[in-house]
Amino acid sequence: MSLLEVTDLAKYFPTYNQKLVRREGDPIKAVDGVTFSLDPGETLGVVGESGCGKSTAGRTILRLLEPTGGTITFDGRDVTTIDGEDLRKLRRQAQMVFQDPYGSLNPRHPIGAIIAAPFVIQDIQPPGGVKHAVQELMERVGLNPEHYNRYPHEFSGGQRQRIGVARAIALKPKLIVCDEPVSALDVSIQAQVINLLEDIQAEQNLAYVFIAHDLSVVRHISDRVLVMYLGKMMELADREALYERPMHPYTRALMSAVPVPEPRRTRERILLTGDLPSPQNPPSGCVFRTRCPIATDLCAEKVPEWREIEPHHRVACHYPKVREVV
Amino acid sequence: MGEKFLRVNDLHVHFPTDDGLVKAVDGLSFDLEKGTTLGIVGESGSGKSVTSLAIMGLHRHSRARVSGEIWLDDVNLLEIEDEELRSLRGRKMAMIFQDPLSAMHPYYTVGKQLTEAITVHHKVSKADARRTVVDMLGRVGIPNPNRRFDQYPHEFSGGMRQRAMIAMALINDPELLIADEPTTALDVTVQAQILDLMRSLQDEFGSAIIMITHDLGVVAEIADDVLVMYGGKCVEYAELDDAFHQPDHPYTWGLMTSMPRLDRDRQERLVPVAGNPPSLINVPPGCAFHPRCAFREYSPLPCDSVVPELLQSYPKHDSRCHIPVPKRAELFSEQIAPKL
Repeated sequence: MSLLEVTDLAKYFPTYNQKLVRREGDPIKAVDGVTFSLDPGETLGVVGESGCGKSTAGRTILRLLEPTGGTITFDGRDVTTIDGEDLRKLRRQAQMVFQDPYGSLNPRHPIGAIIAAPFVIQDIQPPGGVKHAVQELMERVGLNPEHYNRYPHEFSGGQRQRIGVARAIALKPKLIVCDEPVSALDVSIQAQVINLLEDIQAEQNLAYVFIAHDLSVVRHISDRVLVMYLGKMMELADREALYERPMHPYTRALMSAVPVPEPRRTRERILLTGDLPSPQNPPSGCVFRTRCPIATDLCAEKVPEWREIEPHHRVACHYPKVREVV
Repeated sequence: MGEKFLRVNDLHVHFPTDDGLVKAVDGLSFDLEKGTTLGIVGESGSGKSVTSLAIMGLHRHSRARVSGEIWLDDVNLLEIEDEELRSLRGRKMAMIFQDPLSAMHPYYTVGKQLTEAITVHHKVSKADARRTVVDMLGRVGIPNPNRRFDQYPHEFSGGMRQRAMIAMALINDPELLIADEPTTALDVTVQAQILDLMRSLQDEFGSAIIMITHDLGVVAEIADDVLVMYGGKCVEYAELDDAFHQPDHPYTWGLMTSMPRLDRDRQERLVPVAGNPPSLINVPPGCAFHPRCAFREYSPLPCDSVVPELLQSYPKHDSRCHIPVPKRAELFSEQIAPKL
């Protein structure tokens, strides 16, 4: 059974026009119709440009934001509308690692208190006491347990991200949503944190929703990958299938734009022109059509269906690039 | 071989602080020809941005102590008067900053700020200046430049703002363009557009470009020469192909193995550089990289007390490491190359 089932998830942010009378305008559809499932111990990578709704989706799954529509089922239980004590209990199972290792740690608390917060909030007495548990966690993520009383500013970016990971794994959750956990780190440090996340996953059979804009990092860590654009799903497939046979023109454009550390490599680059359209006023039909190199009239008229073209390989496109049958 | 257009010689930038002397840049030398691009790579705190600010003369009237020589054509930028420097800055050399939102003034329209860049250096009529600006905004790929001219920076998207910054830097056809992480804050799709733009503008104007970045992929796309910095010093300096195919410093190796790559088969496991970047107040003695170096055991000299010199290991390929060159070549081909 899957650990997490997300069906038709939507998150709209209301807007208001500033006329004489305040009136609600068209909502911003930050996430619109996201559906996927996640098995225990599995990693789903979510990629897309900034503004595609990947972070909003991650936060909505954890109920840090209230979903506008759709359902979230965690461990066989509908958690879309739970609140109070039920929601607090959910947090034992589902945690988050944030992008900004500077903004996500309270500068006035020593890191021992930061990592102990989950125990305190959930009123859990770990065997051997909180301090012992925290020091074990610090050791686990590669921090010196003697630094228990130090403050976040005394740590480098990579170390702070380790603190964030220690806090997230404190209660042995089943799911962690990682929102760009390495994008603020130096290249040489990124690999340390990625390896740490992989090790912990193997030990605790953790599932990750790994949100990132770096396609190489996502390929490295994910079992399956979801590509989003303007709040909608474009393509969802197993890692190998997605990277070797991307079907959606947006996925192919994204991949061709990644700079590769190989000098003088000539390759086909699909240049996307222009910027992301406003999510408040998305294009008709297929939302990607305004930047799509192969768009036709049909794309403006009809929203492409979410179709499974190969087993476990789903695409929302009228003209997916399908492998030629020899 | 063209003429050296920019020559930086033994550049030091030191900041006295309450906690001690921060040697942000410590004896850096490189040169650059017109029409070519130098990629400067390094992690945060390696001194790459401080170097670019020194070239632009932006450490003047600060606490920084700058010494050495920076020759642009036949002028030593560190010795000329402020007035003369001001006439060069923005006209002969220009800079693209990493964060276009904080590098532009929020109260003035984009057009006004670009116009100012012209009128500071040239006597032109308002209408002419506007024409030039609108033309330049169009050339960097901003749609509707005439309407965009009268908009404020906050009305531009990230990619558009960065284009406007590039337009501002290029408006006087500078011969030297310094780009400090110009694409770091951007999505890959926009990054690809900006890199293409910089390349085509270089073809058109023949400018020399210094591209500062931490992304080896970007360097491989755009640079002719590569300079790798660590702890304020250059650790490797080579032509692009050599730097990528025969990297000669353990830190460069570490950068390469720690990066997941889309163009290769997926590695089961990344090989990170151990430890953390050094604090510049407390730079490790000897080779600044030694606490993180996985190959210290091969060094005939004590890495933790003797500072290695920047020496030529191959023609036009310098690096700063005690390990003998043949040994390094062997280590690279046996231990590093298979992991890439």
